[in-house]
Amino acid sequence: MADTMQFDLVSPEKRLASLAAREVRIPGADGDMTAMPDHAPVITTLRPGILTVVGADGASQSFAVTGGFAEIGTGGASVLAEKAMPAGDVSASVIEALIADAQAQAAEAPAEAKDAAEKVVADMQALRGALGV
Amino acid sequence: MPNLKDLKNRIGSVTSTRKITKAMQMVAAAKLRRAQDAAEAARPYAERMNAVMGGLASGLAGSDSAPRLLAGTGSDQVHLLVVMTAERGLCGGFNSTIVRLARQRIAELTAQGKTVKILTVGKKGREQLKRDHAKLFVAHVDLSEVKRIGYDNAQSLARDLIQRFDAGEFDVATIFFNRFQSVIAQVPTAQQVIPAVFEDAGEASALYDYEPSEEGILADLLPRGVATQLFTALLENAASEQGARMTAMDNATRNAGDMIERLTIEYNRTRQAAITKELIEIISGAEAL
Repeated sequence: MADTMQFDLVSPEKRLASLAAREVRIPGADGDMTAMPDHAPVITTLRPGILTVVGADGASQSFAVTGGFAEIGTGGASVLAEKAMPAGDVSASVIEALIADAQAQAAEAPAEAKDAAEKVVADMQALRGALGV
Repeated sequence: MPNLKDLKNRIGSVTSTRKITKAMQMVAAAKLRRAQDAAEAARPYAERMNAVMGGLASGLAGSDSAPRLLAGTGSDQVHLLVVMTAERGLCGGFNSTIVRLARQRIAELTAQGKTVKILTVGKKGREQLKRDHAKLFVAHVDLSEVKRIGYDNAQSLARDLIQRFDAGEFDVATIFFNRFQSVIAQVPTAQQVIPAVFEDAGEASALYDYEPSEEGILADLLPRGVATQLFTALLENAASEQGARMTAMDNATRNAGDMIERLTIEYNRTRQAAITKELIEIISGAEAL
């Protein structure tokens, strides 16, 4: 069994990471999941949260991601995040702006999408807590 | 025959024009590099997105559960044309080619008895279309304050489009932009974004497990897919604009150089003619004595 797989993290604006990884912890919409090599193929949407990737040498990197999706295939895992940045680079003002944006959208959202939009706000706030900014 | 002073002024003004066009060319070249890099950086995301969406969409295309963004409203009576142009001129035929393509489409659609609405992105296209089609305008997106096109711009545009779609304002949306091929070639392109069309990746989508569900993912991803397509188009357009400007300014610089040469020859000839004339006057004056 291969002990690493190809991992890519891309946002619309750039490719943030592309490396051989031992495991990737993904904040899936229905709960966190850890993908390791030879994981069954799965596509999941993301919730705002922290994505952690453990490289071949055992060093881990964290990224803060907002929505998007992850595709885990036989060849590896790729995460397409709407916004992603290294967790260390996230400042309080950035996350505040994201929360404000999410709140504005939740306020506008039609009734049937209200729950989902409010969940995004809650996830964002949890993300802020997790980042400790 | 123009007098010497006029010629000299003319040469002076063309020389400064040449300086300006040369500077603009160099600025465009630098911006082009940046725009190309941005377009390059956006490609992996768009490609993956397209592949996944293609797989998902082809799996669901026939079923009744397909979301409206994918299946359409079932009619194609009202068309929304999103015309993306530059905020500035002096970039050769860049804006006109897009507008021409849009005009053609408007004429075709009107001939078929469809209703056409126009949403313009960028000031130049709006100005050109205003003359004939001002009544069709529904909105305008101003990007003149935007220095670097970000995903946010595309996202807010996508949100606006989807809101209008949900409100039943149109059935089909098509974007018009220039696809960047090379510095000298930009291809005006019309691309349908709503209902969403994805190139079929041919990947077997059935292999995947979906969380939360296939429909749920599709509903979540379709708006993102639309935003990604708009983003790609905006970036391509930005790169094309700079490419077109660079070529146009290169031509202008060369023309100014030719003009300076011609004017200088004329100036020298005129000066020589004046000298000769004076000499003849002096000599004939001396001979008459």
